[in-house]
Amino acid sequence: MTATPALTPSLEVAGLAYAYPDGHQALYGVDLSVGRGERVALLGPNGAGKTTLVLHLNGILAGGVGSVAVAGLPVEKRNLAEIRRRVGIVFQDPDDQLFMPTVREDVAFGPAAAGMRGAELEERVGAALDQVGMADFADRPPHHLSFGQRRRVAVATVLAMRPEILVLDEPSSNLDPASRRELADILRSLDVTVLMVTHDLPYALELCPRSVILSEGVIAADGRTQDLLCDEKLMRAHRLELPFGFDPRSVSVA
Amino acid sequence: MGAGHAHRLYRPGHSPVHALPPHCKLAATFGFVLVVVSTPREAVWAFGLYALLLAGVAAVARIPAGLLLRRLLIEIPFVAFAVLMPFVAEGERVEVLGMSLSVSGLWGAWNVLAKGTLGVAASVLLASTTELRALLLGLQRLRLPPLLVQIASFMIRYGDVIGDELRRMSVARRSRGFEASGIRHWGVLAKTAGALFIRSYERGERVYLAMVSRGYAGSMPVIDEAVATRGQWAYAAVLPVTALAVCLMGWTL
Ligand SMILES: Nc1ncnc2c1ncn2[C@@H]1O[C@H](COP(=O)(O)OP(=O)(O)O)[C@@H](O)[C@H]1O
Ligand SMILES: [Mg+2]
Repeated sequence: MTATPALTPSLEVAGLAYAYPDGHQALYGVDLSVGRGERVALLGPNGAGKTTLVLHLNGILAGGVGSVAVAGLPVEKRNLAEIRRRVGIVFQDPDDQLFMPTVREDVAFGPAAAGMRGAELEERVGAALDQVGMADFADRPPHHLSFGQRRRVAVATVLAMRPEILVLDEPSSNLDPASRRELADILRSLDVTVLMVTHDLPYALELCPRSVILSEGVIAADGRTQDLLCDEKLMRAHRLELPFGFDPRSVSVA
Repeated sequence: MGAGHAHRLYRPGHSPVHALPPHCKLAATFGFVLVVVSTPREAVWAFGLYALLLAGVAAVARIPAGLLLRRLLIEIPFVAFAVLMPFVAEGERVEVLGMSLSVSGLWGAWNVLAKGTLGVAASVLLASTTELRALLLGLQRLRLPPLLVQIASFMIRYGDVIGDELRRMSVARRSRGFEASGIRHWGVLAKTAGALFIRSYERGERVYLAMVSRGYAGSMPVIDEAVATRGQWAYAAVLPVTALAVCLMGWTL
């Protein structure tokens, strides 16, 4: 990677700690900086606090210590509308993400909530659906699409907001190999910062030059994805396992 | 799975009636029904004219008569009620085929039958020419409380999702050798319903999170605004206005 000049990073998390109202502490001081245009994988075992961290990025969870800023704008109550436009979260189950009666209306939801109307909105929706190759499905109800198609539309719903950073929670879960590859092609083609939460280590290696490991509420490692995956001791310490027969050393990444 | 999603009453087409904006059609239907209901039951000929009017609409909308009649069958419970009336009502009686029938009951039955049939026929025409989605937009446009419209559109979106969930749970039950076959098994079914409720509730929470994440702040953004020209309003008004003329004649003659 080329060292970019000191632009404001897309995402800056500093000293973030959070305990759920029931007293369960999920984050113990997370520091993370993601530069503009970077694709970073967020790895970690179940219960590590990944979802909790993601929900802090657009201010759904708040009230702990530490700070989060998106492209320099702090995540605070008075900025929430703008923050939610800048942070596009694709949730794990597309049936939760796609709540409107047709694909087109669903993709239009975010920009329309921000006040966009008419031809501009139409154009925005068309462009987002084109980016994920779903333009022909605009008038279909989400329920009639295959799971892979729904996941792609879910990505389009946040792309339509032209986000600063795209956050994906387990994007490859439940996808068959072909849909998985199609999604990878789409993500690679996008010109946007990506933070990808995943257990799918080959997918992280394929898509994200850099990875961070979140474990027990702290960032336990941060580095080149290939280096992390090759560090057997580190992987075992954080319950991260490579699929049978997969050797990260044998893969050449760009 | 999820087959038969699109609502079954809608019959796709390109007629002038299909092309009318949904809120015009809703208003016209509502107006028509109001007029029909306020027509005196003694003006029997007026109901004949109303039926002709609807037949005209059906012709313009290219809805086959057979289809319309078949869909009128949902009216049968009302018919049964109407048929009973002459037997049970009080008052003056007449002899028909050796049976003693109440005169006011006969008029009552006619009233229910005629007005009910016309109302149902008008609604069937509306539903056959308007997509469910468009109906909701029309209701929104006619200032129905937005919350009601939101609830209805979520019902359309998640009806099948929840249906599928129910089916999966039923498959899981049967895979473990359970067949609901009688009262003894109602407990299990009740638990299924409970589990379904909890799952739906949790899904509701997740959907809400997804909505908030995309900028939802309590009201649905307007994405498609149903707009109607004056010409379209005038076109839609033909039905209720003609009916009103008939109704006024019914009161004066
Ligand atoms: N609503 C909640 N209330 C209390 N504890 C929670 C809640 N959600 C998650 N947790 C706990 O916080 C920890 C982190 O959870 P989460 O962020 O969902 O992990 P991950 O997404 O990495 O699997 C877990 O121990 C989990 O049990
Ligand atoms: Mg999680």
